[in-house]
Amino acid sequence: MRIIDEQAIENIALGAAVLGTGGGGDPYIGMLMARKAIRDHGPIELYTLDELNDDDLIVPAAMMGAPTVMVEKMPNGDDIVNAFQVIGKYLNKPIRAVMSIEAGGLNSVVPIYVAARLRLPMVDCDGMGRAFPEIQMVTHTIYGISSTPFSMADERGNIVIMETINNRWTETFARSIAVNMGAMAMIACYPATVEQLKEASVQGTLSFAERIGQTIRRARVQEDDPVKTVREAVGGFEVFKGKIGDVARRTEAGFAKGEATLQGIDEYAGQTLTLNFQNEHLAVRIDGEYRVTVPDLIALLDIDTGEPITTEAMRYGYRVTVIAIPCADKWRTPKGLELAGPRYFGYDVEYVPVEQRYGR
Amino acid sequence: MRIGIDVGGTNTDAVLMDGQQIIASTKTPTTPNVSDGIIAALKNLVADSGVDVATLDGVMIGTTHFTNAVVERRRLQTTACIRLGLPATVCLPPMVDWPDDLREVVGGHYYMAHGGHEFDGREISAFEPAEIRQFAEDIGRRGINAIAISSVFSPVNVSFEERAAAIVREVLPDAHITLSSTIGRIGLLERENAAIMNACLRELAIKTVGGFKAALAELKITAPFYISQNDGTLMNADFATDHPVLTFASGPTNSMRGAAFLSGLKDAIVIDVGGTTTDVGVLQHGFPRVAALAVSIGGVRTNFRMPDTLSIGLGGGSLVVLDPLKVGPQSVGYEITSKALVFGGDVLTTTDIAVAGGKADVGDAAKVAHIDKALISAVEDRIEEMVNIAVDRMKTSAALVPVVVVGGGSILIQRQVSGASEIIKPGHFAVANAIGAAIAQIGGETDRIFSLAEMTREKALELAKQEASDRAVAAGADARSIEIVEVEEVPLAYLPGNATRIMVKAVGDLAAGR
Repeated sequence: MRIIDEQAIENIALGAAVLGTGGGGDPYIGMLMARKAIRDHGPIELYTLDELNDDDLIVPAAMMGAPTVMVEKMPNGDDIVNAFQVIGKYLNKPIRAVMSIEAGGLNSVVPIYVAARLRLPMVDCDGMGRAFPEIQMVTHTIYGISSTPFSMADERGNIVIMETINNRWTETFARSIAVNMGAMAMIACYPATVEQLKEASVQGTLSFAERIGQTIRRARVQEDDPVKTVREAVGGFEVFKGKIGDVARRTEAGFAKGEATLQGIDEYAGQTLTLNFQNEHLAVRIDGEYRVTVPDLIALLDIDTGEPITTEAMRYGYRVTVIAIPCADKWRTPKGLELAGPRYFGYDVEYVPVEQRYGR
Repeated sequence: MRIGIDVGGTNTDAVLMDGQQIIASTKTPTTPNVSDGIIAALKNLVADSGVDVATLDGVMIGTTHFTNAVVERRRLQTTACIRLGLPATVCLPPMVDWPDDLREVVGGHYYMAHGGHEFDGREISAFEPAEIRQFAEDIGRRGINAIAISSVFSPVNVSFEERAAAIVREVLPDAHITLSSTIGRIGLLERENAAIMNACLRELAIKTVGGFKAALAELKITAPFYISQNDGTLMNADFATDHPVLTFASGPTNSMRGAAFLSGLKDAIVIDVGGTTTDVGVLQHGFPRVAALAVSIGGVRTNFRMPDTLSIGLGGGSLVVLDPLKVGPQSVGYEITSKALVFGGDVLTTTDIAVAGGKADVGDAAKVAHIDKALISAVEDRIEEMVNIAVDRMKTSAALVPVVVVGGGSILIQRQVSGASEIIKPGHFAVANAIGAAIAQIGGETDRIFSLAEMTREKALELAKQEASDRAVAAGADARSIEIVEVEEVPLAYLPGNATRIMVKAVGDLAAGR
């Protein structure tokens, strides 16, 4: 067990922006919520799964919707607590701890808010080891854990609870309810026992995000090469250095899809990188050839500061280093690739783990 | 003919320009009440050029006065913030992420009211006039005169902010009210932060812009005057009095635009050496490269689009401390003319080193004749190192790029800069800021979310462009010269239905005879 304090939250948020692979929402708002809750209610405890009992019930809490809305219509605070508590009420079981459904982006830190308000601990694991756009895209699904009972709450006090036949249906219904709630909803989902999570979750991810954040911060102060330091800390590979050129965006089936073109600089001069994204970065081609795809993580880091750049912040002229980070092994199973591999996102290409291309 | 004036922390510079030609320029110390410095600068300019002030088309003023007030936490008035958005947004109240000292200086007063809109224009909750009235009365009882009003999604629908302002004005007729929708873009906290900072600067703005006016009147200049803002465009005096926060990054923008003009280069690194700091920025296509990330001012996060500059504590007034050798970041600032050794003072500054080394000829060189050669060379080494590191951090590639050096402290840059293809110190380098102000255009911006269920994308783009153009004209641009210089479209992620955020910037030439 360890204690999560203000400094830890800021580090987790910064690291989570890297693991967000361009999406997942800006962790800033989540960081502020978590920090405020800790200032008001005191620091929280972070447990590993091994430190809890196998039959303890763990419930993730999160925000779902458009990141652009989240920075404008911030939550009430009671809404996310409502969404969380109603799961325990519905199952008629005490909830032992809160977890992050995704280690990347905003939802890495949002559950800390719930934990601090309810004086519950957090568990050091998540369902992705990164960020993904859809509800069924969690390692829980690979291991047959249901997303339901699934709850959604808004700031007015409305609470919706649903049971579905599979996690894909949960995504379908939840998306339209979120629009009615104002393009953003507070959710709690995937209730599971510690025993289930030992098999089905990606462990140690909150501490991992924290270490990445710490590294960026330290590198910034010490004026090292922050990008290199971050790349080493995440066990990633440098794929490209370039300048963002054209960014084409379109909305399709409710997602911000698009393509960015980067012109290589330094040792990559003369090469062109094409980056495809759907909220998160999905695939990288260099001079037309696929080099990295989901489920591996693709992060764009500011070439000078090592700060991660989101798809929404991508603009002409930014200079970035593109790094690839190996995903959790669970995503590399046949079921994992069916759920979130390149073909699911419409890229007709075989997944090749990043280590195979860039060697270790 | 135009006059450009830059009121910096140390110097007040002025230039007289006729089209693309610089007729005269002058540099005078900034005075505690800014107008005296401006009057002195204008008098010099008129005397040097013999210009007939009646022939002036406009006077453009750039100032860091308001930025400095926030950074120094001085001359800020107590401010109350009313936010409309209940029951949403409760978990993050106004000023939640402000540094404690600044929140204390402005009082930290806030009120949460019902209202606000959803992204698609629906109301979050109904507007409650009685609630606003009650808040206004409470603000009145506390004797607060500056009020910022923010409402969720006010860039989409401004009506709740306007209705709240009308009620507050009924209760407190003399209050200075800032609406967040007139200042910032999507991002409630950042926009609200800017509105609160704007509100707490209003009294200072009235005084300062009034001082500018008085200075011009004293010299019988009747031409309209403008204040330059963050993006290098201008706003007229009344608009500036209402929106002082929009001047926050105008200093670096003006100096970089001025450097582009003076050097004739569109792509270069610009080093602007002032009295206290050196700002290093990058010119791309003649405009400053804009920062990718949220920019903090005085510790407060904003979402203004700011030039991406790196500021280091090196300037003409920087203190040189021995054993161990340290250059800056402390500076004598505008007191250089009394405190530096060459001016008869007792503080060793970088300017003294430059004079002792024979690199500059200001003040009395005899007063620094005693300085040891080894020390001079050590300080020069240190300065070279500081500049090299800063330039390297801002560079876009390993390739050599031209470096343009401007600003009053340019004498400090005597050696080669690593990574530079050439070092250009253009004529009039000391007054680049004032030139940047003089050549500025008038701009207008819009940023809001359009629901494409109600209109086509083309229609939405057209509306946004019209809005930005209208704003530019309202700010003083000639309608015939309006150009759309920036269009950005970001579809809202993770949502079905078609909502898209459109940001448009329009600029135009200053309308004559206004």
